[in-house]
Amino acid sequence: MPTPYDEMWEKLNLDLEAHEGLLTVLGKFYGDIYLSQEGRLQGTEYLDFVLSEVHGLRIKELQDAKAAGRKVIGAFCVFVPEELVLAADAVCVGLCAGAEVGSEAAEQVLPRNTCALIKSFVGFKLARLCPFIESCDLVVGETTCDGKKKAYEIFADYAPVYVMEIPQMKNACDRDLWKAEMLRFKAKIEEVTGQAITAVKLKEAIKLVNARRRMLRRLNRLRAAVPVPISGRDVLLVNQISFYDDPVRFTKKIDELCDELEAKVISGQGVAPLDAPRLMLSGCPMAVPNWKVPYIIESSGAVVVGEESCIGARNTRDLVDEGAETLDAMLDALVDRYMKIDCACFTPNAERLDHIVAMARDLQVAGVIHYGLSFCQPYAIESFKVGKALEAAKIPMLAIETDYSMEDVGQLKTRVEAFLEMVR
Amino acid sequence: MNNNLVAGLDVGSRSIELVVLEGGQLVDWARLPTTFDPLAQCQRLLKNLKARKLVATGYGRKLMQEKVTDREVITVTEIQAYALGAGQVCPEARTVLDIGGQDTKVIALDAEGRVTKFEMNDRCAAGTGKFLEFMAAALQIPLEEFGAFARQGDRRIQISSMCTVFAESEATSLMARGESAANIALGLHLAMVQRTAAMIRRVGGRVPLLFAGGVAHNPCVRALLEESLGHGLFVPPEPDLVGAWGAALYGRKKC
Ligand code: SF4
Ligand code: SF4
Repeated sequence: MPTPYDEMWEKLNLDLEAHEGLLTVLGKFYGDIYLSQEGRLQGTEYLDFVLSEVHGLRIKELQDAKAAGRKVIGAFCVFVPEELVLAADAVCVGLCAGAEVGSEAAEQVLPRNTCALIKSFVGFKLARLCPFIESCDLVVGETTCDGKKKAYEIFADYAPVYVMEIPQMKNACDRDLWKAEMLRFKAKIEEVTGQAITAVKLKEAIKLVNARRRMLRRLNRLRAAVPVPISGRDVLLVNQISFYDDPVRFTKKIDELCDELEAKVISGQGVAPLDAPRLMLSGCPMAVPNWKVPYIIESSGAVVVGEESCIGARNTRDLVDEGAETLDAMLDALVDRYMKIDCACFTPNAERLDHIVAMARDLQVAGVIHYGLSFCQPYAIESFKVGKALEAAKIPMLAIETDYSMEDVGQLKTRVEAFLEMVR
Repeated sequence: MNNNLVAGLDVGSRSIELVVLEGGQLVDWARLPTTFDPLAQCQRLLKNLKARKLVATGYGRKLMQEKVTDREVITVTEIQAYALGAGQVCPEARTVLDIGGQDTKVIALDAEGRVTKFEMNDRCAAGTGKFLEFMAAALQIPLEEFGAFARQGDRRIQISSMCTVFAESEATSLMARGESAANIALGLHLAMVQRTAAMIRRVGGRVPLLFAGGVAHNPCVRALLEESLGHGLFVPPEPDLVGAWGAALYGRKKC
């Protein structure tokens, strides 16, 4: 079917036929998992619209921004300091990597036992399916897990890649390294955009990104009410969209959604029955359109009330101090904020265990589902310690390991249902 | 239809079991192989069934809920069903091991028989009944005799791969080197038991341990497991019925 965007996609060198297939599958998937929900908020129309235009209007906006001289910077990890990108008047997009479509292409250059997320972003590029990647003037990678680190070397043959070095520990010398990396990144962004990052602009950017984080925190507070006023799937989607929609528009729209939610909370309306078990997800990030596990959980009668993950609380927990006035002080504030990220790539990573237990208690969950992607060593190995910490706190946990394919849905459903029978 | 009867149906990948209870007492049971048409097989089992209430468990439980319309059908997972069934056949059990056709599960129970923790194999067939089935076929031994055959082995060889495909090629190369079929069979059983024992330890491995599911019939798995765990196992007279029985008990609770 011809669309108004065909010409744009063609210019971006997408494989039009395969891309159409992808959009069809995505649309169907979205219909089954999202549109089929009952009692959704009005404000979710924004989500539906953004998702339906994910490769359309949003890409058009990126092209318009590029035509006006702005640059587009893509990132795969919440370590990449978006504030610096925005301060250089560039557009920052979180690249997704939550679909299986390109994995066959990816396996031509990557081992089969690579995590689905890595296969997905490499596959999207090789199969020419992602208009975001094709719009990027720079794709920023990072040295987090070994899989990503090495995959960027291959990815660099196909896209303009720049890699930030992320420390592995949190000692003073690691902070020094991270500060140096922050400065190196600032210089790189200035070079790519031709714009100097000034204190005035950086301050503005810090406020802008903080405002979005605050809004997501507001959403997270409201969604935790009893009865639960919004499905976990919808909140996950909001978090996913936060990575690629325009931050000003996003924050405004989610503000409206939160107002509506607040009214629902006050009047005690819920989307799930009062006795539906409240669960928390913890583990690997779930990128668009990876909705498999939340859907399995919520179609089994439970409701997700929190995500301890990068596409979730980890990305919004900490704000950047807004009190700094000089450029250098602001950079320090950025360094400090980003050093707090408790990704499993760090060692030791005790903060994460504390955060998980505290979050589970705050949210009064009946249990935690630890979600790991197959072949993701950092999270798989850490799940043992997560299990121990939760056991000590008397909070049941179910660890599941899966990928983007659908063949294990039956087995996962059995596990999740059995877990629910156990915690009810 | 009889309101006093509750039926439990365990729709597994290899066989389907039906248990009928009246006032908590077992009054009837039946079994059929699953075949490629589980729905038709279930319908055969249900044809003359008078129970108004049916509880389905096993991987085909959702299918039953969708397709059976002449009576009330509810579902329960295999984990819960085996836990409840264990409470009936061995109320003291603190651990339940079920090795079925397509999955292996270990369930830890508290003193009241409630599930506190469980483990299930992931999507691969390693360590399940399917593994034994596949290997028995490769060695051309009828599945029912495979355990007894393996017990004739006189040398313990290490089969390092638990992947069904690789284990088969390992077995083939052992045969080519002149290793006896009984020793290879024994090695395959050992590999499976080692994996199962590790799973049991992961959930705590408290005793008594109830061994249920079709593979509990296999004398070699039983003996090696006792040896590896260092304690005895409780195997009920009809180990494959525990799931269906538990499902029926679940139906009684929910009445
Ligand atoms: S999990 Fe770690 S590597 Fe992945 S996005 Fe989050 S911080 Fe980055
Ligand atoms: S999910 Fe794990 S393996 Fe995959 S990219 Fe993230 S940290 Fe690396």
